[in-house]
Amino acid sequence: MPITFQLNGKKQTLDVAPDMPLLWAIRDFVGLTGTKYGCGMALCGACTVQVNGEPVRACVTPVNSIAGKSVTTIEAMVETKVGKVVRDAWIEAQVPQCGYCQSGQIMSATALLVKNKKPTDSDIDSAMAGNICRCGTYNMIRGAIKDAAQKLA
Amino acid sequence: MKSILLQPTVLNSEFPDTADASRASRAALPKRSSLTRRDFLKTTALTSGGLVIGFTLPMGNKMANAQQPPKANTAPNAFLRIAKDGAVTVQVKHLEFGQGVMTSLPMLVAEELDCDWTKIRAELAPANPAYAHVNFGMQMTGGSSSVNNSWMQMRTVGATARAMLVSAAAKQWKVTPEQCRTENGFVIGPAKQRAPFGALAEAANKLPVPDIVMLKDAKNFKIIGKPTRRVDAPAKVNGTAQFGIDITAKTVPNLHVAVIKRPPAFGATVKKFNADKVNGIPGVTHVVQIANGVAVVAKTFWAAKTGCDALVVEWNMEDASKASTVDMRQSYRELAAKPGLPSERVSNGDALKAAAKTVNAEFEVPYLAHAPMEPLNCTVRFSQDGDKPGCEIWSGTQFQTVDQGAAARVAGLKPEQVKINTMIAGGGFGRRANLASDYIVEAVEIAKQAKVPVKTIWTREDDIKGGYYRSMFVHRVSVGLDSADKIAGWNHTIVGQSIMIGSPFEGFAVKNGIDSTSTEGVTDTPYEIPNMNVTLHTTKTGVPVLWWRSVGHTHTAFVMESMMDDLAKAAGKDPVEFRRGYLAKQPRVLNVLNTAAEKSGWGSALPAGRARGVAVHESFGSVCAHVAEVSVEKGQIKVHRVTSAFDCGLAVNPLTIKAQVESAVVFGLSAALYGNITLKDGVVEQSNFHDYPVLRMGEMPTISVHIMETGAALPTGVGEPGTPPIAPAVANAVFALTGKRLRTMPFNLDEAAKAV
Repeated sequence: MPITFQLNGKKQTLDVAPDMPLLWAIRDFVGLTGTKYGCGMALCGACTVQVNGEPVRACVTPVNSIAGKSVTTIEAMVETKVGKVVRDAWIEAQVPQCGYCQSGQIMSATALLVKNKKPTDSDIDSAMAGNICRCGTYNMIRGAIKDAAQKLA
Repeated sequence: MKSILLQPTVLNSEFPDTADASRASRAALPKRSSLTRRDFLKTTALTSGGLVIGFTLPMGNKMANAQQPPKANTAPNAFLRIAKDGAVTVQVKHLEFGQGVMTSLPMLVAEELDCDWTKIRAELAPANPAYAHVNFGMQMTGGSSSVNNSWMQMRTVGATARAMLVSAAAKQWKVTPEQCRTENGFVIGPAKQRAPFGALAEAANKLPVPDIVMLKDAKNFKIIGKPTRRVDAPAKVNGTAQFGIDITAKTVPNLHVAVIKRPPAFGATVKKFNADKVNGIPGVTHVVQIANGVAVVAKTFWAAKTGCDALVVEWNMEDASKASTVDMRQSYRELAAKPGLPSERVSNGDALKAAAKTVNAEFEVPYLAHAPMEPLNCTVRFSQDGDKPGCEIWSGTQFQTVDQGAAARVAGLKPEQVKINTMIAGGGFGRRANLASDYIVEAVEIAKQAKVPVKTIWTREDDIKGGYYRSMFVHRVSVGLDSADKIAGWNHTIVGQSIMIGSPFEGFAVKNGIDSTSTEGVTDTPYEIPNMNVTLHTTKTGVPVLWWRSVGHTHTAFVMESMMDDLAKAAGKDPVEFRRGYLAKQPRVLNVLNTAAEKSGWGSALPAGRARGVAVHESFGSVCAHVAEVSVEKGQIKVHRVTSAFDCGLAVNPLTIKAQVESAVVFGLSAALYGNITLKDGVVEQSNFHDYPVLRMGEMPTISVHIMETGAALPTGVGEPGTPPIAPAVANAVFALTGKRLRTMPFNLDEAAKAV
């Protein structure tokens, strides 16, 4: 049975296996590849998207659970007000190395900054705890989040 | 790769020293016999009237046993294209997997070209002999050598193009080239004529390629040495960067996806399989047996994965590995008690008998998976153009030449019929330089049988369980101090598997049975140690091993620097002071050590419950020292601060160098605190990031990196040398704090307490 939801502000209807994770629906059916596969178990955060503004690990989110909801991926997030500031802060801090995890990092960071205008180090630690970076860009990420918070203030 | 190959002398011997300040601002690169075989190639195939510069430098024969590079593809081996609109596109011959070569290699070109940096574009080069590593003779990325080996080559590319643009302008203005200069993308004539490079490109392309070009003196560098932002960053923050795993039907129509059911233990083979439950799954199109398992091919990943889970395979276990970590630990320790095969560093093992004090220690490090964020993947499409068969591959690989040959053998084609498109990779750390081209070969096998284009994706479980680990090692070390507390003798036995034996690199990396990647960092230690006697037991276990960011140095630095700390304690000396006593003839190492100590505030008071530890190590032609500041909270080691000093010769891009040192620290910390692949009855016991954890945001220390300013003429390694000294720096700090000596990785304070 087709599932309908909002994807990046547009109505999206998919006729896929209901237990298919949102990640693969987005990548293999819609063709948006900015959202990454890293672990398939919600352990690494590379697949982070936002569902109704909340960061969600798309690799374990069955597509039928998001029927009627609003999904935002990295491609649209960086066009939002907060997303643009975060994206620019990421460039300013020269965060990416291999870059593979950065879509997920930015999705978690924007979700934090939308709710918390002045995140402390410990706020950042907990908001970003689900996102692994094997290149070790964590300090650059922390700096970029603080920089973005200042610009959004 | 062994660091000895990366010594700057490799380049020095073939090229003049460009840092000689007494020369004119541009030094002539003389025509030498070794350069006459330079094969210049100009072609307009890729541009409409722009300038294209491509050539291959002589490769020498430094890897006699490496496979011969295949013949040139029909694709042009251009390194540089200047379009009419002034866009300068550099073909980057090395894999971009985080280290920043898409920025640093174009910097070398742009410096000599004098172009406008904002006009630079970078593309990853496909597999082609033209893109061979200058020192290794094959196309590859490894050994922290990308910038080092490209140093003269890429600058010469830029200088050659510049000379041709100048000649074109001079001809146009009826002046001599000597009367013209270049600046920021323009040729400027004697009467202040100005022509943008783009406008000159077509005319330049019609001129002969000069035999001699002028290279800048280092004091005139405008780009090299300046912190330069990454050209690949914008695409990596908006989701548009296309990794290998992101190949879709837009690029490869009718693309299918495969997931492989892999053997439960290394060496097991398929006896038979039952796909009854697979065939009904919507989207599944093929089930094919390959050498290393059974692949389910489908329209999407999820269908392939679901099919793979439903597949029933019966395995032949006769030849399967039955390795267990517990047994290996015991047998390795037994072996370590006996001398092994003599290394190149042998001496009188009896020197210890006269020692006043002896420090004995055993160290153990486990198997480690690379676990790059982007799981391994490879897309393969077979084609038939008339009577011409072909195979096209898209993958993030560090080993294009090896992969091209291996893919060709499986495909039944010639290497030049296999096209490899190098994709940016989400990390690699050595895993994408596979001697057996494992993840490439299986993808070719699948596409060949399925007769459709296929993207084979490894799950994270496949990655963690899939082998090609950093080898497990045990070291046993006995060091004697004389009555003046000076080192009198050092007996050192290493036990572990070889990466190189049985590989195409055996001839160059293995001498008298000693794989230099098992002993590097010990036998060539910069410390002046008398009577050093190093022997090696090379084991065979059936568990595939591979290089892992910094190769042998991952374990040898841990052992050497932990021992030096123990010896300092035994000698009653400060750890930094003790090391200095053995570095009198190593000013470079000494300077790095002193800088890290000074910048960290070594010796100054710390808050209660904190302590510092130091380690310094030389690898890949560079020297790195870390001072780690730690505490122990609820039995857990917490690393608060790391102060690093780093000497990588001429620092081409300080921005990416600092990032790489931080990265190397984090990579090494993950291994020191968590990394542990264990086996039981041949089965790998870990499977994903829950039981193979890596460092997360909240555990991150602050890191300050100090790049040494030495005036060096050549760049040395960057990507790896920051990893080796971090584990011993932390272990030494924990020792200073608690008196517990951590000699087994990953660190476990409870175990260390028992050992004490």
